[in-house]
Amino acid sequence: MQIGPTEIRGQRRRVHASCILSAVHSQWLRKTRGPSNRVAQHRWRRGKGSMKNALVVKELRSEFAGPFELNLAAGACVAITGPSGSGKSLFLRMIADLDPNQGKVWLNGIERDSLAAPEWRKRATYVAAESGWWADTVIEHFAANKRNEVAALATRLGLHADLLDASIARLSTGEKQRLSLLRALLPSPLVLLLDEPTGPLDEESVVRVEALLRERMATGTSIVLVTHDSKQAERLADQRYRMVAGQLELP
Amino acid sequence: MNPILLTPLDISIAASLIVLDAVLSILLKIRLHWQIAIAAARMVVQLVAIGFVLRFIFSLNNPAATLVLVLIMVLVAAREVAARPERRFKGHSNLLIGFVSVGFATSVTSVLALTTAIRPQPWFDPHYAIPLAGIILGSVLNSASLSLDSFLGSVRRERQAMEARLSLGDSYRNAIGPLVREAIRRGLLPIINQMSAAGVVTLPGIMTGQILAGLDPLEAVKYQILLMFLLSGGSGLSALAASYLAAWHLTDERERLRLERLE
Repeated sequence: MQIGPTEIRGQRRRVHASCILSAVHSQWLRKTRGPSNRVAQHRWRRGKGSMKNALVVKELRSEFAGPFELNLAAGACVAITGPSGSGKSLFLRMIADLDPNQGKVWLNGIERDSLAAPEWRKRATYVAAESGWWADTVIEHFAANKRNEVAALATRLGLHADLLDASIARLSTGEKQRLSLLRALLPSPLVLLLDEPTGPLDEESVVRVEALLRERMATGTSIVLVTHDSKQAERLADQRYRMVAGQLELP
Repeated sequence: MNPILLTPLDISIAASLIVLDAVLSILLKIRLHWQIAIAAARMVVQLVAIGFVLRFIFSLNNPAATLVLVLIMVLVAAREVAARPERRFKGHSNLLIGFVSVGFATSVTSVLALTTAIRPQPWFDPHYAIPLAGIILGSVLNSASLSLDSFLGSVRRERQAMEARLSLGDSYRNAIGPLVREAIRRGLLPIINQMSAAGVVTLPGIMTGQILAGLDPLEAVKYQILLMFLLSGGSGLSALAASYLAAWHLTDERERLRLERLE
Protein backbone atom coordinates (compact mmCIF):
# COMPACT_ATOMS: atom_id res chain seq x y z
CA MET A 1 0.00 0.00 0.00
CA GLN A 2 1.20 3.39 -0.83
CA ILE A 3 0.68 6.30 1.44
CA GLY A 4 -0.10 9.35 -0.63
CA PRO A 5 1.41 12.68 0.25
CA THR A 6 -1.97 14.35 0.28
CA GLU A 7 -3.18 12.09 3.06
CA ILE A 8 -0.14 12.84 5.22
CA ARG A 9 -0.54 16.49 4.58
CA GLY A 10 -4.20 16.29 5.48
CA GLN A 11 -3.44 14.56 8.77
CA ARG A 12 -0.83 17.15 9.61
CA ARG A 13 -3.17 19.91 8.85
CA ARG A 14 -5.77 18.40 11.12
CA VAL A 15 -3.32 18.10 14.01
CA HIS A 16 -2.23 21.62 13.41
CA ALA A 17 -5.78 22.96 13.49
CA SER A 18 -6.66 21.25 16.75
CA CYS A 19 -3.44 22.58 18.30
CA ILE A 20 -4.42 26.11 17.42
CA LEU A 21 -7.93 25.49 18.69
CA SER A 22 -6.77 24.24 22.08
CA ALA A 23 -4.30 27.08 22.44
CA VAL A 24 -6.98 29.61 21.64
CA HIS A 25 -9.34 27.91 24.05
CA SER A 26 -6.91 27.93 26.97
CA GLN A 27 -6.02 31.52 26.23
CA TRP A 28 -9.71 32.39 26.27
CA LEU A 29 -10.20 30.50 29.52
CA ARG A 30 -7.33 32.41 31.14
CA LYS A 31 -8.77 35.67 29.91
CA THR A 32 -12.28 35.09 31.16
CA ARG A 33 -11.87 32.89 34.21
CA GLY A 34 -8.28 33.60 35.23
CA PRO A 35 -5.53 31.12 36.01
CA SER A 36 -6.56 27.79 37.51
CA ASN A 37 -4.28 28.18 40.53
CA ARG A 38 -6.22 29.77 43.44
CA VAL A 39 -3.64 32.29 44.64
CA ALA A 40 -2.81 33.31 41.10
CA GLN A 41 -6.51 33.61 40.42
CA HIS A 42 -6.94 35.97 43.33
CA ARG A 43 -4.07 38.14 42.13
CA TRP A 44 -5.50 38.08 38.62
CA ARG A 45 -8.87 39.23 39.80
CA ARG A 46 -7.41 42.12 41.70
CA GLY A 47 -4.93 43.14 39.01
CA LYS A 48 -6.98 42.79 35.89
CA GLY A 49 -9.75 45.10 37.03
CA SER A 50 -10.06 46.73 33.66
CA MET A 51 -10.60 43.40 31.93
CA LYS A 52 -13.46 42.15 34.03
CA ASN A 53 -15.35 44.81 35.89
CA ALA A 54 -18.10 43.47 38.05
CA LEU A 55 -19.43 46.91 38.92
CA VAL A 56 -19.26 49.86 36.54
CA VAL A 57 -20.69 53.25 37.54
CA LYS A 58 -20.95 56.05 34.98
CA GLU A 59 -22.07 59.61 35.63
CA LEU A 60 -24.11 58.59 38.63
CA ARG A 61 -25.54 61.69 40.25
CA SER A 62 -28.43 63.12 42.24
CA GLU A 63 -29.29 66.62 43.30
CA PHE A 64 -27.11 66.14 46.41
CA ALA A 65 -23.98 64.37 45.15
CA GLY A 66 -21.97 63.25 42.14
CA PRO A 67 -21.34 62.75 39.32
CA PHE A 68 -19.50 59.55 40.24
CA GLU A 69 -17.40 57.17 38.14
CA LEU A 70 -16.32 53.79 39.46
CA ASN A 71 -14.87 50.56 38.04
CA LEU A 72 -14.67 47.64 40.41
CA ALA A 73 -13.42 44.17 39.50
CA ALA A 74 -15.05 40.98 40.73
CA GLY A 75 -13.60 40.15 44.13
CA ALA A 76 -12.11 43.61 44.60
CA CYS A 77 -12.80 46.17 47.31
CA VAL A 78 -12.97 49.93 47.04
CA ALA A 79 -12.86 51.91 50.27
CA ILE A 80 -14.32 55.37 50.63
CA THR A 81 -13.40 57.59 53.56
CA GLY A 82 -14.31 61.19 54.21
CA PRO A 83 -16.04 63.50 56.67
CA SER A 84 -19.61 62.95 57.86
CA GLY A 85 -22.22 64.39 55.55
CA SER A 86 -19.92 64.35 52.52
CA GLY A 87 -22.19 61.95 50.62
CA LYS A 88 -20.62 58.53 51.30
CA SER A 89 -23.88 56.88 52.31
CA LEU A 90 -25.72 58.70 49.52
CA PHE A 91 -23.31 57.16 47.01
CA LEU A 92 -23.99 53.64 48.29
CA ARG A 93 -27.74 54.28 48.34
CA MET A 94 -27.63 55.58 44.78
CA ILE A 95 -25.84 52.44 43.56
CA ALA A 96 -28.50 50.34 45.32
CA ASP A 97 -31.16 52.55 43.70
CA LEU A 98 -32.68 53.43 47.07
CA ASP A 99 -32.68 57.17 46.36
CA PRO A 100 -33.66 58.94 43.13
CA ASN A 101 -30.63 59.28 40.85
CA GLN A 102 -29.51 59.60 37.24
CA GLY A 103 -26.70 57.82 35.45
CA LYS A 104 -25.83 54.27 34.53
CA VAL A 105 -24.71 51.29 36.57
CA TRP A 106 -23.76 47.86 35.24
CA LEU A 107 -23.15 44.65 37.10
CA ASN A 108 -21.34 41.92 35.15
CA GLY A 109 -22.41 43.64 31.96
CA ILE A 110 -26.10 43.82 32.92
CA GLU A 111 -27.50 47.33 33.08
CA ARG A 112 -29.34 48.30 36.22
CA ASP A 113 -32.42 49.65 34.46
CA SER A 114 -32.96 46.36 32.63
CA LEU A 115 -33.70 44.66 35.96
CA ALA A 116 -36.62 45.19 38.31
CA ALA A 117 -35.44 47.16 41.35
CA PRO A 118 -35.76 44.24 43.86
CA GLU A 119 -33.76 41.99 41.52
CA TRP A 120 -31.07 44.62 41.28
CA ARG A 121 -30.91 45.05 45.07
CA LYS A 122 -30.52 41.30 45.50
CA ARG A 123 -27.37 41.56 43.39
CA ALA A 124 -26.03 44.83 44.82
CA THR A 125 -27.03 44.77 48.47
CA TYR A 126 -26.76 47.83 50.70
CA VAL A 127 -26.09 47.34 54.41
CA ALA A 128 -26.96 50.53 56.30
CA ALA A 129 -24.87 51.93 59.14
CA GLU A 130 -27.91 51.63 61.40
CA SER A 131 -29.57 48.28 60.94
CA GLY A 132 -33.33 47.96 60.47
CA TRP A 133 -35.53 45.15 61.82
CA TRP A 134 -39.14 44.39 61.09
CA ALA A 135 -40.00 41.27 63.11
CA ASP A 136 -39.71 40.45 66.83
CA THR A 137 -36.93 37.87 66.95
CA VAL A 138 -33.62 37.61 65.09
CA ILE A 139 -34.30 34.37 63.23
CA GLU A 140 -37.52 35.70 61.69
CA HIS A 141 -35.35 38.00 59.58
CA PHE A 142 -33.70 35.08 57.80
CA ALA A 143 -35.04 32.53 55.34
CA ALA A 144 -36.63 29.68 57.31
CA ASN A 145 -34.38 26.93 55.89
CA LYS A 146 -31.12 28.81 56.54
CA ARG A 147 -30.95 28.38 60.31
CA ASN A 148 -27.79 26.23 60.35
CA GLU A 149 -25.93 28.51 57.98
CA VAL A 150 -26.91 31.57 60.00
CA ALA A 151 -25.78 29.88 63.21
CA ALA A 152 -22.43 28.87 61.69
CA LEU A 153 -21.72 32.37 60.36
CA ALA A 154 -22.90 33.99 63.59
CA THR A 155 -20.44 31.88 65.58
CA ARG A 156 -17.67 32.96 63.24
CA LEU A 157 -18.48 36.59 63.97
CA GLY A 158 -18.32 35.93 67.71
CA LEU A 159 -22.07 35.84 68.25
CA HIS A 160 -23.64 33.22 70.47
CA ALA A 161 -26.01 30.85 68.64
CA ASP A 162 -28.67 31.53 71.33
CA LEU A 163 -28.98 35.05 69.95
CA LEU A 164 -30.95 33.73 66.97
CA ASP A 165 -34.04 33.29 69.12
CA ALA A 166 -33.54 36.48 71.11
CA SER A 167 -35.85 39.44 70.64
CA ILE A 168 -34.43 42.32 68.63
CA ALA A 169 -35.06 44.74 71.49
CA ARG A 170 -32.52 42.87 73.66
CA LEU A 171 -29.60 43.09 71.19
CA SER A 172 -26.72 45.53 71.49
CA THR A 173 -25.86 47.84 68.60
CA GLY A 174 -22.79 45.76 67.75
CA GLU A 175 -24.76 42.51 67.72
CA LYS A 176 -27.38 44.04 65.45
CA GLN A 177 -24.67 45.37 63.16
CA ARG A 178 -23.04 41.96 62.71
CA LEU A 179 -26.39 40.21 62.25
CA SER A 180 -27.47 42.71 59.61
CA LEU A 181 -24.20 42.03 57.77
CA LEU A 182 -24.92 38.29 57.92
CA ARG A 183 -28.43 38.88 56.67
CA ALA A 184 -27.01 40.59 53.58
CA LEU A 185 -24.15 38.09 53.08
CA LEU A 186 -26.23 34.96 53.20
CA PRO A 187 -27.86 35.13 49.75
CA SER A 188 -24.35 35.83 48.29
CA PRO A 189 -24.93 39.09 46.41
CA LEU A 190 -22.42 40.00 43.68
CA VAL A 191 -21.67 43.36 45.29
CA LEU A 192 -21.88 44.37 48.93
CA LEU A 193 -22.39 48.08 49.63
CA LEU A 194 -21.23 48.35 53.24
CA ASP A 195 -21.83 51.52 55.24
CA GLU A 196 -19.56 51.54 58.32
CA PRO A 197 -19.89 47.78 58.85
CA THR A 198 -17.56 47.76 61.86
CA GLY A 199 -18.43 51.18 63.29
CA PRO A 200 -19.76 50.04 66.68
CA LEU A 201 -17.60 46.88 67.01
CA ASP A 202 -14.74 46.00 69.37
CA GLU A 203 -11.32 45.11 67.97
CA GLU A 204 -11.76 41.35 68.06
CA SER A 205 -15.08 41.52 66.22
CA VAL A 206 -13.54 43.81 63.62
CA VAL A 207 -10.88 41.17 62.92
CA ARG A 208 -13.57 38.50 62.56
CA VAL A 209 -15.72 40.61 60.24
CA GLU A 210 -12.75 41.50 58.06
CA ALA A 211 -11.73 37.84 57.78
CA LEU A 212 -15.22 36.93 56.60
CA LEU A 213 -15.25 39.79 54.09
CA ARG A 214 -11.84 38.72 52.71
CA GLU A 215 -13.16 35.21 52.28
CA ARG A 216 -16.13 36.52 50.29
CA MET A 217 -13.83 38.63 48.15
CA ALA A 218 -11.75 35.54 47.34
CA THR A 219 -14.88 33.87 45.97
CA GLY A 220 -15.66 36.86 43.77
CA THR A 221 -17.86 39.18 45.84
CA SER A 222 -17.00 42.84 45.23
CA ILE A 223 -17.25 45.33 48.07
CA VAL A 224 -17.80 49.06 48.19
CA LEU A 225 -16.80 49.93 51.72
CA VAL A 226 -17.56 53.21 53.47
CA THR A 227 -15.44 53.53 56.59
CA HIS A 228 -14.07 56.12 59.00
CA ASP A 229 -11.14 53.82 59.78
CA SER A 230 -8.35 54.56 57.30
CA LYS A 231 -6.37 51.57 58.61
CA GLN A 232 -9.30 49.32 57.73
CA ALA A 233 -9.37 50.88 54.27
CA GLU A 234 -5.65 50.05 53.91
CA ARG A 235 -6.18 46.47 55.09
CA LEU A 236 -9.09 45.61 52.81
CA ALA A 237 -9.14 47.86 49.78
CA ASP A 238 -7.60 47.58 46.32
CA GLN A 239 -8.73 51.11 45.45
CA ARG A 240 -9.20 54.02 47.81
CA TYR A 241 -11.11 57.25 47.47
CA ARG A 242 -11.97 60.17 49.66
CA MET A 243 -15.42 61.71 49.51
CA VAL A 244 -15.34 65.49 49.72
CA ALA A 245 -18.53 67.52 49.31
CA GLY A 246 -20.26 64.92 47.14
CA GLN A 247 -17.22 64.18 44.94
CA LEU A 248 -14.84 61.20 44.91
CA GLU A 249 -11.18 62.24 45.13
CA LEU A 250 -7.99 60.21 45.24
CA PRO A 251 -6.65 60.28 48.81
CA MET B 1 -98.09 59.04 66.67
CA ASN B 2 -96.93 62.53 65.75
CA PRO B 3 -93.50 63.90 66.64
CA ILE B 4 -93.48 66.39 69.50
CA LEU B 5 -92.43 69.70 67.98
CA LEU B 6 -90.09 71.88 69.99
CA THR B 7 -90.78 75.58 70.58
CA PRO B 8 -87.99 78.19 70.88
CA LEU B 9 -88.81 78.43 74.60
CA ASP B 10 -88.14 74.69 75.10
CA ILE B 11 -84.73 75.15 73.54
CA SER B 12 -83.82 78.23 75.53
CA ILE B 13 -84.46 76.34 78.79
CA ALA B 14 -81.92 73.74 77.64
CA ALA B 15 -79.56 76.56 76.68
CA SER B 16 -79.38 77.56 80.35
CA LEU B 17 -77.17 74.46 80.78
CA ILE B 18 -74.58 76.04 78.49
CA VAL B 19 -74.74 79.17 80.64
CA LEU B 20 -74.17 76.96 83.67
CA ASP B 21 -71.04 75.53 82.00
CA ALA B 22 -69.77 79.03 81.32
CA VAL B 23 -70.45 80.19 84.88
CA LEU B 24 -68.61 77.14 86.24
CA SER B 25 -65.70 77.92 83.97
CA ILE B 26 -65.49 81.46 85.31
CA LEU B 27 -65.88 80.43 88.95
CA LEU B 28 -63.35 77.59 88.78
CA LYS B 29 -60.96 79.59 86.56
CA ILE B 30 -60.96 76.91 83.86
CA ARG B 31 -60.83 79.73 81.34
CA LEU B 32 -63.01 77.94 78.84
CA HIS B 33 -66.06 80.20 78.96
CA TRP B 34 -65.21 82.04 75.77
CA GLN B 35 -64.59 78.80 73.93
CA ILE B 36 -67.84 77.34 75.26
CA ALA B 37 -69.76 80.43 74.17
CA ILE B 38 -68.20 80.49 70.72
CA ALA B 39 -68.67 76.77 70.17
CA ALA B 40 -72.30 76.89 71.25
CA ALA B 41 -72.98 79.90 69.03
CA ARG B 42 -71.24 78.25 66.09
CA MET B 43 -73.23 75.08 66.60
CA VAL B 44 -76.55 76.96 66.62
CA VAL B 45 -75.69 79.06 63.57
CA GLN B 46 -74.35 76.10 61.59
CA LEU B 47 -77.33 73.87 62.35
CA VAL B 48 -79.92 76.53 61.62
CA ALA B 49 -78.12 77.34 58.38
CA ILE B 50 -78.02 73.71 57.28
CA GLY B 51 -81.71 73.44 58.21
CA PHE B 52 -82.50 76.24 55.79
CA VAL B 53 -80.20 74.78 53.14
CA LEU B 54 -81.88 71.38 53.43
CA ARG B 55 -85.34 72.92 53.27
CA PHE B 56 -84.25 74.82 50.14
CA ILE B 57 -82.72 71.75 48.46
CA PHE B 58 -85.75 69.61 49.32
CA SER B 59 -88.03 72.20 47.75
CA LEU B 60 -85.88 72.30 44.58
CA ASN B 61 -86.02 68.51 44.29
CA ASN B 62 -83.33 68.71 41.63
CA PRO B 63 -80.74 65.87 41.37
CA ALA B 64 -77.98 68.33 40.34
CA ALA B 65 -78.56 70.46 43.45
CA THR B 66 -78.49 67.33 45.64
CA LEU B 67 -75.23 66.23 44.04
CA VAL B 68 -73.66 69.67 44.57
CA LEU B 69 -74.55 69.65 48.25
CA VAL B 70 -73.19 66.11 48.72
CA LEU B 71 -70.00 67.09 46.90
CA ILE B 72 -69.52 70.07 49.20
CA MET B 73 -69.99 67.81 52.22
CA VAL B 74 -67.42 65.36 50.81
CA LEU B 75 -64.95 68.20 50.23
CA VAL B 76 -65.29 69.46 53.79
CA ALA B 77 -64.78 65.89 55.04
CA ALA B 78 -61.74 65.48 52.78
CA ARG B 79 -60.26 68.63 54.28
CA GLU B 80 -60.74 67.19 57.77
CA VAL B 81 -59.06 63.92 56.73
CA ALA B 82 -56.16 65.86 55.25
CA ALA B 83 -55.68 68.16 58.22
CA ARG B 84 -55.89 65.70 61.11
CA PRO B 85 -52.76 63.52 60.69
CA GLU B 86 -49.65 64.85 62.43
CA ARG B 87 -47.49 63.98 59.41
CA ARG B 88 -48.57 65.20 56.01
CA PHE B 89 -47.63 64.91 52.39
CA LYS B 90 -46.16 67.93 50.68
CA GLY B 91 -48.51 69.82 48.36
CA HIS B 92 -52.13 68.80 48.01
CA SER B 93 -51.71 65.03 48.12
CA ASN B 94 -53.29 64.73 51.58
CA LEU B 95 -56.41 66.50 50.35
CA LEU B 96 -56.54 64.39 47.22
CA ILE B 97 -56.17 61.14 49.16
CA GLY B 98 -58.86 62.34 51.58
CA PHE B 99 -61.23 63.31 48.78
CA VAL B 100 -60.82 60.10 46.80
CA SER B 101 -61.11 57.74 49.79
CA VAL B 102 -64.03 59.58 51.43
CA GLY B 103 -65.86 60.17 48.14
CA PHE B 104 -65.40 56.60 46.97
CA ALA B 105 -66.52 54.96 50.23
CA THR B 106 -69.47 57.31 50.73
CA SER B 107 -70.82 57.06 47.21
CA VAL B 108 -70.54 53.27 47.03
CA THR B 109 -72.28 52.65 50.36
CA SER B 110 -74.99 55.31 50.01
CA VAL B 111 -75.90 54.34 46.45
CA LEU B 112 -76.06 50.70 47.53
CA ALA B 113 -78.37 51.53 50.44
CA LEU B 114 -80.58 53.86 48.40
CA THR B 115 -81.05 51.46 45.51
CA THR B 116 -81.43 48.18 47.42
CA ALA B 117 -82.58 48.77 51.02
CA ILE B 118 -84.28 52.13 51.50
CA ARG B 119 -85.51 52.45 47.89
CA PRO B 120 -87.14 55.92 47.83
CA GLN B 121 -88.75 57.04 44.54
CA PRO B 122 -86.59 58.21 42.81
CA TRP B 123 -83.58 56.70 44.56
CA PHE B 124 -81.78 60.09 44.68
CA ASP B 125 -84.68 61.79 46.52
CA PRO B 126 -82.85 64.44 48.63
CA HIS B 127 -84.96 63.66 51.73
CA TYR B 128 -83.12 60.34 51.94
CA ALA B 129 -79.92 60.82 49.96
CA ILE B 130 -78.57 63.82 51.89
CA PRO B 131 -79.08 62.65 55.50
CA LEU B 132 -77.80 59.19 54.59
CA ALA B 133 -74.69 60.58 52.90
CA GLY B 134 -74.14 62.79 55.94
CA ILE B 135 -74.25 59.93 58.44
CA ILE B 136 -71.98 57.76 56.32
CA LEU B 137 -69.58 60.65 55.78
CA GLY B 138 -69.07 61.12 59.51
CA SER B 139 -67.98 57.53 60.00
CA VAL B 140 -65.98 57.35 56.79
CA LEU B 141 -64.14 60.55 57.65
CA ASN B 142 -63.15 59.15 61.01
CA SER B 143 -61.80 55.91 59.54
CA ALA B 144 -59.92 57.55 56.71
CA SER B 145 -58.22 60.08 58.97
CA LEU B 146 -57.28 57.45 61.58
CA SER B 147 -55.83 55.19 58.89
CA LEU B 148 -53.90 57.99 57.25
CA ASP B 149 -52.58 59.20 60.60
CA SER B 150 -51.50 55.68 61.58
CA PHE B 151 -49.82 55.01 58.23
CA LEU B 152 -47.93 58.29 57.97
CA GLY B 153 -46.78 58.07 61.58
CA SER B 154 -45.57 54.47 61.37
CA VAL B 155 -43.86 54.80 58.01
CA ARG B 156 -41.52 57.41 59.41
CA ARG B 157 -40.93 55.41 62.58
CA GLU B 158 -40.26 52.21 60.63
CA ARG B 159 -38.09 53.78 57.97
CA GLN B 160 -34.97 51.76 58.77
CA ALA B 161 -36.86 48.48 58.81
CA MET B 162 -38.55 49.30 55.49
CA GLU B 163 -35.27 50.23 53.86
CA ALA B 164 -33.55 47.14 55.23
CA ARG B 165 -36.19 44.99 53.53
CA LEU B 166 -35.92 46.92 50.27
CA SER B 167 -32.11 46.68 50.37
CA LEU B 168 -32.33 42.91 50.70
CA GLY B 169 -34.43 42.73 47.55
CA ASP B 170 -37.90 42.59 49.05
CA SER B 171 -40.62 44.27 47.00
CA TYR B 172 -42.12 47.56 48.20
CA ARG B 173 -45.46 45.82 48.46
CA ASN B 174 -44.06 43.27 50.91
CA ALA B 175 -42.08 45.82 52.86
CA ILE B 176 -44.96 48.23 53.35
CA GLY B 177 -47.61 45.50 53.84
CA PRO B 178 -47.54 45.34 57.65
CA LEU B 179 -47.90 49.13 57.94
CA VAL B 180 -50.86 49.20 55.55
CA ARG B 181 -52.56 46.38 57.43
CA GLU B 182 -52.01 48.15 60.75
CA ALA B 183 -53.41 51.39 59.31
CA ILE B 184 -56.56 49.66 58.04
CA ARG B 185 -56.99 47.99 61.43
CA ARG B 186 -56.77 51.37 63.17
CA GLY B 187 -59.41 52.79 60.84
CA LEU B 188 -61.81 49.93 61.53
CA LEU B 189 -61.54 49.87 65.33
CA PRO B 190 -64.04 52.70 66.07
CA ILE B 191 -66.85 51.14 64.06
CA ILE B 192 -66.19 47.72 65.62
CA ASN B 193 -66.36 49.30 69.07
CA GLN B 194 -69.50 51.17 68.10
CA MET B 195 -71.19 47.97 66.93
CA SER B 196 -70.18 46.05 70.06
CA ALA B 197 -71.42 48.79 72.36
CA ALA B 198 -74.65 49.51 70.45
CA GLY B 199 -77.72 48.87 72.55
CA VAL B 200 -75.73 47.84 75.64
CA VAL B 201 -73.54 50.79 76.51
CA THR B 202 -75.05 53.35 74.10
CA LEU B 203 -78.36 53.89 72.38
CA PRO B 204 -77.23 54.98 68.94
CA GLY B 205 -78.27 58.44 67.76
CA ILE B 206 -80.41 57.52 64.79
CA MET B 207 -82.44 55.00 66.74
CA THR B 208 -82.90 57.41 69.65
CA GLY B 209 -83.93 60.15 67.25
CA GLN B 210 -86.51 57.99 65.57
CA ILE B 211 -87.96 56.77 68.86
CA LEU B 212 -88.14 60.38 70.08
CA ALA B 213 -89.89 61.25 66.82
CA GLY B 214 -92.50 58.62 67.61
CA LEU B 215 -91.44 55.53 65.63
CA ASP B 216 -91.92 52.04 67.00
CA PRO B 217 -88.67 50.89 68.73
CA LEU B 218 -88.33 47.75 66.59
CA GLU B 219 -88.68 49.73 63.38
CA ALA B 220 -86.09 52.17 64.69
CA VAL B 221 -83.79 49.25 65.55
CA LYS B 222 -84.05 47.90 62.01
CA TYR B 223 -82.94 51.25 60.65
CA GLN B 224 -80.08 51.36 63.08
CA ILE B 225 -78.90 47.87 62.10
CA LEU B 226 -78.98 48.80 58.44
CA LEU B 227 -77.00 51.93 59.22
CA MET B 228 -74.38 50.07 61.25
CA PHE B 229 -73.78 47.75 58.31
CA LEU B 230 -73.49 50.71 55.97
CA LEU B 231 -71.13 52.50 58.33
CA SER B 232 -68.86 49.49 58.76
CA GLY B 233 -68.76 48.95 55.00
CA GLY B 234 -67.99 52.61 54.40
CA SER B 235 -65.32 52.62 57.11
CA GLY B 236 -63.63 49.57 55.63
CA LEU B 237 -63.61 51.01 52.12
CA SER B 238 -62.30 54.39 53.20
CA ALA B 239 -59.62 52.93 55.49
CA LEU B 240 -58.51 50.66 52.66
CA ALA B 241 -58.48 53.42 50.06
CA ALA B 242 -56.70 55.95 52.29
CA SER B 243 -54.00 53.46 53.37
CA TYR B 244 -53.29 52.09 49.91
CA LEU B 245 -53.31 55.50 48.25
CA ALA B 246 -50.87 56.83 50.84
CA ALA B 247 -48.61 53.77 50.48
CA TRP B 248 -48.71 54.07 46.71
CA HIS B 249 -47.87 57.76 46.87
CA LEU B 250 -44.73 57.03 48.93
CA THR B 251 -43.04 54.94 46.26
CA ASP B 252 -42.02 55.17 42.61
CA GLU B 253 -41.36 52.92 39.63
CA ARG B 254 -38.04 51.71 41.16
CA GLU B 255 -39.78 50.63 44.39
CA ARG B 256 -38.01 53.19 46.55
CA LEU B 257 -39.34 54.60 49.81
CA ARG B 258 -39.84 58.30 48.97
CA LEU B 259 -40.09 59.81 52.45
CA GLU B 260 -39.06 63.21 51.12
CA ARG B 261 -42.61 63.48 49.81
CA LEU B 262 -43.68 64.00 53.43
CA GLU B 263 -43.40 67.38 55.08
